[in-house]
Amino acid sequence: MSVGVFILVSVIKSLIVLIVLLTAVAYTVWLERKVVGHMQNRWGPTRVGPFGLLQPMADGVKLLFKEDLTPPHVYKPLFIAAPLMAVTFALTSIAVIPFGNSITIFGLSIPLQITDVNIGLLMILGVTSLGVYGVALAGWSSNSKYSLLGGLRASAQMVSYEIGLGLSLVGVIIQSGSLSLRTIVDAQGGHMPGFIPRWNIFHGQFIGFFIYLTAAYAETNRIPFDLPEAETELVAGYHTEYSAMKFASYFMAEYANMITVACVATLLFLGGWHGPLFGPALLQAVLPLLWFGAKVFGFLFLYIWVRGTLPRFRYDQLMAFGWKFLLPVAIANLVATAIAVAW
Amino acid sequence: MNFHLILFLAFGAVCVGGAINLLAQRHPINSALSLIAVMAALAGEYLLLGAEFVAAVQVIVYAGAIMVLFVFVIMLLNAGEEEHTKGNRTAILLGVPGMLTGSVLTAWVVLRHSGTQSVPIGALPGSPSDIAQLLFHDFLLPFEVTSVLILIAIMGAVVLASKPEASASEGER
Repeated sequence: MSVGVFILVSVIKSLIVLIVLLTAVAYTVWLERKVVGHMQNRWGPTRVGPFGLLQPMADGVKLLFKEDLTPPHVYKPLFIAAPLMAVTFALTSIAVIPFGNSITIFGLSIPLQITDVNIGLLMILGVTSLGVYGVALAGWSSNSKYSLLGGLRASAQMVSYEIGLGLSLVGVIIQSGSLSLRTIVDAQGGHMPGFIPRWNIFHGQFIGFFIYLTAAYAETNRIPFDLPEAETELVAGYHTEYSAMKFASYFMAEYANMITVACVATLLFLGGWHGPLFGPALLQAVLPLLWFGAKVFGFLFLYIWVRGTLPRFRYDQLMAFGWKFLLPVAIANLVATAIAVAW
Repeated sequence: MNFHLILFLAFGAVCVGGAINLLAQRHPINSALSLIAVMAALAGEYLLLGAEFVAAVQVIVYAGAIMVLFVFVIMLLNAGEEEHTKGNRTAILLGVPGMLTGSVLTAWVVLRHSGTQSVPIGALPGSPSDIAQLLFHDFLLPFEVTSVLILIAIMGAVVLASKPEASASEGER
């Protein structure tokens, strides 16, 4: 296709994905409040709209109209730039995530992915490592004890668990032989003997999945690793001095990171968009997207479930766990996978 | 004036601009952020050369880990704005044009005698599998020796950073 058509298609795809992602972020907040509420034997939001479904709208309007206070003692350029960086890096990874096979519209074959890069997985790791800046610079530029401590702790935690994250992904890469996300998903099609689908979680990366899960919880600063933003420990950690839309940016960034992590886990360990196909042709075209969505939803539910269940780690326990347990287990998983593949 | 040249000049401008900004800024955190911008623009230049793996690793290692360390140090040391020293006017008047002329002359001489021509993107090996072939097959011994070198550096850093009563702090843990 010509350059103009390509650019037009890419812009439309980016807009659609961005709108869906931002809506998903808003409704992940709703889901979390409902699920954690029910786990704590209470209702969660019920007033605003049926089942509280309009609660994210109400929250958005509230945050837009809140007073955006910039305290006088902050380092202004970075104070304003840090949430922008956090949101930008959180929303960038979705560009290489494939949602399904190609669809054909107006005679053009459009893959359901904004861009299929050969090194898609490396790009996601790169953007994850850049995401540390949003947190570290927020903590530092706020010029406040709690923020600085929270920012330093959060960045140290994120940097430490990036290693475990990367190593758990390398196991999958060795097994699939490619860094491109589409190739990794295609390698998980079909079934193993019996009826078990050939997803990586059943096909040798069981431990890798749990290492990825744990490292991802730490990367996205979620319970049980959310000491940097714990209310009772550090006021609010690195986003203490932020109000209104900048505060909302950090939450958007956190939930967008969660969704990206869930998408990557689905693609790498749960078989992506593979699932039983049935029904008429139109349904069969839409089903891969639904399977993908269902698996991402399941992973997000697991995130929220763990949040409602586990207490948080103390900071030294957190760092010891990352370096002294997760890293050796990840390396052992890598070695075992490499030996199994080379056999 | 094709798109490739425009992108090259754009990334190059960000690199040079970031480097000049690094020297011109008074607060070290701004200098660190300019250096991150330089690293990112370099990653863009690597992409323009078709070296996608090197570009990704540049972002992950340099911009995402080494610069994070720099930023940590600046944050922990609480380094404030630097004072403005009086520059030497003669040095600026002679030095800046002199440096520019020297760089241009060197670049011209090197390019004139290097004998390279342009190749299309993708003609040279740059994919992860090619680099893996080089690293783990052709140059395996230098690779392993480099890893031992890095191990020595880590041990040196741990020794330098440990407290004098090393046995007492080990006993506490």
